[in-house]
Amino acid sequence: MKEKFTYVWSVIRLPVIAVVFGFLTGAVCIAVTGNNPVVAYIALFRGSLASIPGFGETMYKITPILFTGLAAAISFRCGLFNIGAEGQYVVASVAAIAISWFGQGLPRIFLLALILTAGFCAGGLWGGIAGFLKAKRGINEVISTIMLNWIALYLANYLVRIPLSPNVRAGLSPAGHSVVVPEVAKLTKLKAIVPAFGYSSAHTGIFIALISAVVMWYILFKTTVGYEIRTVGLNAQAAEYGGISKAKNTMLAMFLSGGLAGLGGAVQIIGLVYMVNQSPMLPGYGFTGLSVALVGNSHPLGCIPSALLFGILENGSRQMQLAGIPSEITSIISGVILVFIAGSLVIKLAGDRIKAKWGKRAMRTEQEGL
Amino acid sequence: MSRVVEMKQITKVFPGTVANDHIDFDVERGEIHVLLGENGAGKTTLMNILYGLYKPTSGDIYIDGVKEEIRSPNDAIALGIGMVHQHFMLVENFTVAENIVLGNEPSTRGILDMEAARAAVRDVSDRFGLAVDPDARIEDISVGLAQRVEILKALYRGAEILIMDEPTAVLTPQEIDDLGTILKNLTREGKSIILITHKLKEVLEMSDRTTILRRGAVVGTVRTSDTTADELAEMMVGRQVSFSSDKQEKQAGNVILHVDKLTVKDHRGIEAVRQVSFDVREGEILAIAGVDGNGQKELVEALTGLIATESGRVTLCGCDITGKDPRTVIEAGTGHIPEDRHKRGLVLQSSLFENLILGYHYKPPFAKHGRMDPVKIVEHGNRLIEEFDVRTPSGSVTAGSLSGGNQQKVIVAREFYKDPPLLIASQPTRGLDVGAIEFVHKRLLELRDSNKAVLLVSLELDEVMKLADRIAVIYQGRIVGIVDAADATERMLGLMMAGGSPEGRTAADRTEGESA
Ligand SMILES: Nc1ncnc2c1ncn2[C@@H]1O[C@H](COP(=O)(O)OP(=O)(O)O)[C@@H](O)[C@H]1O
Ligand SMILES: [Mg+2]
Repeated sequence: MKEKFTYVWSVIRLPVIAVVFGFLTGAVCIAVTGNNPVVAYIALFRGSLASIPGFGETMYKITPILFTGLAAAISFRCGLFNIGAEGQYVVASVAAIAISWFGQGLPRIFLLALILTAGFCAGGLWGGIAGFLKAKRGINEVISTIMLNWIALYLANYLVRIPLSPNVRAGLSPAGHSVVVPEVAKLTKLKAIVPAFGYSSAHTGIFIALISAVVMWYILFKTTVGYEIRTVGLNAQAAEYGGISKAKNTMLAMFLSGGLAGLGGAVQIIGLVYMVNQSPMLPGYGFTGLSVALVGNSHPLGCIPSALLFGILENGSRQMQLAGIPSEITSIISGVILVFIAGSLVIKLAGDRIKAKWGKRAMRTEQEGL
Repeated sequence: MSRVVEMKQITKVFPGTVANDHIDFDVERGEIHVLLGENGAGKTTLMNILYGLYKPTSGDIYIDGVKEEIRSPNDAIALGIGMVHQHFMLVENFTVAENIVLGNEPSTRGILDMEAARAAVRDVSDRFGLAVDPDARIEDISVGLAQRVEILKALYRGAEILIMDEPTAVLTPQEIDDLGTILKNLTREGKSIILITHKLKEVLEMSDRTTILRRGAVVGTVRTSDTTADELAEMMVGRQVSFSSDKQEKQAGNVILHVDKLTVKDHRGIEAVRQVSFDVREGEILAIAGVDGNGQKELVEALTGLIATESGRVTLCGCDITGKDPRTVIEAGTGHIPEDRHKRGLVLQSSLFENLILGYHYKPPFAKHGRMDPVKIVEHGNRLIEEFDVRTPSGSVTAGSLSGGNQQKVIVAREFYKDPPLLIASQPTRGLDVGAIEFVHKRLLELRDSNKAVLLVSLELDEVMKLADRIAVIYQGRIVGIVDAADATERMLGLMMAGGSPEGRTAADRTEGESA
């Protein structure tokens, strides 16, 4: 029992310390702006957790970033850095709109399943392209996913403006947004089930996200697929030696990663925003997902509290603003948390390198001495 | 006789290990003093302290009776101490002379005087019988010569005390003999030599005195002429060690692995394995002997599907596995103990349980329909840990936290569990201590006795002669010859490892003969 606890603590120590530091730094900043940190943090937590509608607001903020967090986590586990969750999210949201629009005659359950599958596959294919390029051509996934993000954005803008535009469909000139998701394809709002959720727009997508986290955990840690992905991530040469194909698992991990980001896009469309607007910018959930995965230790279940944290910060910042405290404080908090975690990872990596190089370094010292 | 070096009560603590524990060590003028000890005993650390690379945690050093603080290799050089490291530090595309004077160039009014440099090199080389051509480029000369260049470099800087760290690890038997002669010449000129090794034979042949280290402490210092290999081994390991192998006479059976004119290119696209052919049969150990870097790595990786083959055929149990992927090769019946256990053999950050199923993780009972069975995996792990005596607090610790010997046991356990018709063991005892070496040897012989085929790749001639039934010598990617272990002598293998044929002709002679 104690052993188990020691192990768990050794894993979560870094994120916990990082969060504490983040909030302490935030407190200092609040104090510097002449406010009371205690008041501010009470506002932050009360606003995002203390009431049912407030918590509902937090939940709907969590939903997309939990998906993109899972996407990042699984790519990290395979030793890949998928920063294309943005693009994967975007292509999937367009796919979701298209399916919901063209399939509105279908039975609801069937239609919802179809939309989610289409979102997963669209995102998965978008991620899979980068995986394919990496596996077969050795093209760095960081670069290819960034490029694919922009391709996704402009492709989406075109689709939204022309084929999926209500105006064009009605024979008018193009508009800047897509058709709207028909009622039949919308996810149920929580307030329709539990009226206490009141004004909050929380929807059942949060459950899809939580289930995805559990499924991802199961796949990663309880199946041969996960074993192979993790082995490739930890030591690709040993994996190959053990008959595990690096190329195959790279593509698979990028497909799953993209699929999760895509699922996030589809859920967001049919749960909350109901349409896709033409946009000059990427939505940003993919990047938050990287933070979620980092704080969550690239563990699917760890992503849940981590996404909750970022959800609280985002939702609570409004409440803090109402209490007269600049909302940028929450950005400072999450920034400090990330710098702390990324910093200690870098230090750890560098430490390992230095250890490995010790012998060589000793010799270099000698050469310099000559 | 006067003591040129005296190290008193030297202690060096690294985080987590005491590498040197109150060591007393001295060297007399004109002697060859061997530091003997298993891997990790603290030999290199002690010498790095003497050479100023590490600062001792406590203890004093006296040179010629005077207490000295050696803060850097510069201080050491000024005191007449030179060191030849395990890995050479020469500039590949410089000439011998350029390398030797590097950092200490003779010059006239700021202009490099290469003629003077060459003369100086020739002078030192002749005085000690080193026979080195000052104008040869390092990249063109053999490892044995490169080592002499390192020695020359130290002498050129005025070394009176020469430290050599495991100098024989990279040499053929003949080169080792030559090194012995050179070292004797040096001592005749009054130089003192500290030789680090873990090979008993060399100790007995080369040294005047021997200091034995075990786990960072001195076990004793003996006059070499008064001791025996058994006695030294016992002091080194701390218990009796048997050198004789209990290898039974055995008739080899059917061909298991058949390699026919295999050619493999290395990662630079150069042919590393050329037209290699051999068979390995049931119930025999075929050893590939050779100096490191003659194509052994590429041969093994091609046989196991890790790298592509250029041409030729490989058949395992009658099934063509040429150019097949690693999983196919494993499933056709290959076990593989890889040369580099950290890079290939283990996932250091994963638990022993996870490591102990690598390669058959997808098969029942460990996985069914893609679902892994943690209970079976843990049972399996615990069984192997016990059977192979892996010293670990539990199977859930990471592989990286074990010592090298225990890591190797994990790999051996995993590959033996497969019970494959063919086991490819590539340098299976590299970096292990005597106890672990004995263990691996015993297991390999058991495998052979249970009628499996074993392909052993080893750089250690002793190991090859002890285990193998037949020995194939590889030189520059070609099999120079295959001889029965019973007929093989060390001298003959040594010649072959330098490219000569078993009959004593050189590879060059033979090529001419063939083309004629
Ligand atoms: N730079 C270092 N940092 C930490 N530990 C070290 C370092 N160098 C050596 N050690 C440890 O000290 C011990 C003795 O090592 P070493 O002197 O290299 O042994 P040997 O040369 O006899 O094989 C080993 O346990 C080794 O892991
Ligand atoms: Mg050493």
